[in-house]
Amino acid sequence: MQELIQQLVNGLSLGAIYALIALGYTMVYGIIKLINFAHGDVMMVGAFVGFFSITLLGTNIAVAMLIAMAVCALLGVIIEKVAYRPLRNSTRIASLITAIGVSLLLEYLTIFLLGPNQKIFPDTAFTVKAYDIAGLSILNKDVFVFVSAVGLMLVLQYIIKYTKTGKAMRAVSLDNEAAILMGISVDKTISTTFAIGSALAAAAGVMVGVYYGAINPLMGIIPGLKAFVAAVLGGIGIIPGAMVGGFVIGLLETLVSGYGNSLYRDAVSFGVLILILLVKPTGLFGKDTGEKV
Amino acid sequence: MQTKKIKWTRILLEAAFLVVLFSLVQYSISTHMLSQYYQINLTSMCINIILAVSLSLINGFTGQLSLGHAGFMAVGAYTAVIMTTKLDYPFLAALVGALFAAGLAGFVIGVPTLRLKGDYLAIATLALGEIIRVVLQNIDYVNGPAGISGIPKLTTWAWLFGGVVLTLLVVVNLVNSSYGRAIISVREDEIAAELMGINTTKYKVLAFVIGAGFAGLAGALYGHYFYIIKPETFNFLKSFDILVMVVLGGLGSTTGAVIAAIFITILTAALQPFPEIRMIIYALILIVVMIYRPQGLMGNKEFSRQTLGRIWGGRQ
Repeated sequence: MQELIQQLVNGLSLGAIYALIALGYTMVYGIIKLINFAHGDVMMVGAFVGFFSITLLGTNIAVAMLIAMAVCALLGVIIEKVAYRPLRNSTRIASLITAIGVSLLLEYLTIFLLGPNQKIFPDTAFTVKAYDIAGLSILNKDVFVFVSAVGLMLVLQYIIKYTKTGKAMRAVSLDNEAAILMGISVDKTISTTFAIGSALAAAAGVMVGVYYGAINPLMGIIPGLKAFVAAVLGGIGIIPGAMVGGFVIGLLETLVSGYGNSLYRDAVSFGVLILILLVKPTGLFGKDTGEKV
Repeated sequence: MQTKKIKWTRILLEAAFLVVLFSLVQYSISTHMLSQYYQINLTSMCINIILAVSLSLINGFTGQLSLGHAGFMAVGAYTAVIMTTKLDYPFLAALVGALFAAGLAGFVIGVPTLRLKGDYLAIATLALGEIIRVVLQNIDYVNGPAGISGIPKLTTWAWLFGGVVLTLLVVVNLVNSSYGRAIISVREDEIAAELMGINTTKYKVLAFVIGAGFAGLAGALYGHYFYIIKPETFNFLKSFDILVMVVLGGLGSTTGAVIAAIFITILTAALQPFPEIRMIIYALILIVVMIYRPQGLMGNKEFSRQTLGRIWGGRQ
């Protein structure tokens, strides 16, 4: 029992990271119906920006996270403008292939510039300590990841529910054309969505750096895919769904590597994806809309 | 389609062309005119052609975006290598076994997932391809992540040539048959095709199974040329490699897929010392082609003798 609770505690911080990345997927999908394959790689860029701001500029972890978020917000906007906007009216397969292209470009450009080797995330920025609470060993990095992720989710909820930008985002994702008629600038709203989603991914990237202690140019692929699974699990396009999905995948994965074979860890989340796609493709929170001709 | 009569002269001419092409290359290999380096690239080229043409049947003609092609290649490679190294079957039996095993895998995966559409299908096939890889990594019988090495080099030019010709024959004839028209109608408009009484699931699965089977054949040929197979070789980056060829060639053009496979193989060979640049170029190809020429190099047109005739300004 003790061990189970320990595993669940460990899973929470991983789940929070997945949830943050999944939010970006789900927001972008909700607004332009595109699986932004490059999202995991934006997270990777965020991790590297955080890394360099700590090692080169000597900032602390909070400032590093903010810088990473700002840089990646800009990156997200640029990606959307250059690669996705020209394809907005073409087929979904065309945009998906472009997204795969952007993903490969970010990965291999980073390898080209920084080399393929992994970099050790500086522990000067974050000294890992373990606390002993009621027989559970709780690491301060887990607390840091969990608290900052939940904090960011609350900010996101506020933006989406109560600000004008958030209302515009919801309007565009509900009905693009009606939103235009209401005087909402769709281009601007989509740019904002990419900026917010990418900033969340960047924060997640810095968290991954703290959590695993090392970063490399291909680190975005697998967490990106798993976060996508999380988004689909919760119902893609639905923001609370992405949060719940992220935590479910994180916990499931920790339990599998804790109790079973850690090599099957990746297979489990993909298995969940297949299962959910076959049983309820709209996800846990999704509503079936049916297909119109 | 002017006449229904089989044009024997045309078939003979094409067969003669194939025989000449085959013997020319065979001659230059046996007299060592073609160095080891070129032979390796020739092998990759043939394998890439099989992969690209088989994926183009699924992605291009049926319009079902599959990102798990490397998984089927892995199934074929492992089946064939187990058959030759552990069970002592002849190479031909191993190739047939690979074809059927991968086809079967395609069936098992295709039946449930092809109910999904568009991007969901893409992700599901990507996930299943990865699951195949992870499962292979966890089977001790095939040495897990280390893979199987010391595979006898049974793949010769004759087998490669045969494989390419067989793939092209099956895919081209399938596409030009009534089955093929049903398959293309699924791509053009699935709902309309269904209203016309076409069993869309049947044709999607059919294309998927055939495409997967030939990917398995390519995997078997690959394994028996490069001495070693390991699960990591067949990860989703390999699937993306094949996708680049299909997209570049044009979704819905067999000749386009062949040309793109040849081009990509040459590009890969030329950029061998700089693997990162190769991937950057791949990425740019995907993005630029999709933005400026989403139909790919050839669109859905085929390069044929008629095209040549038009270029020469001759008769149709």
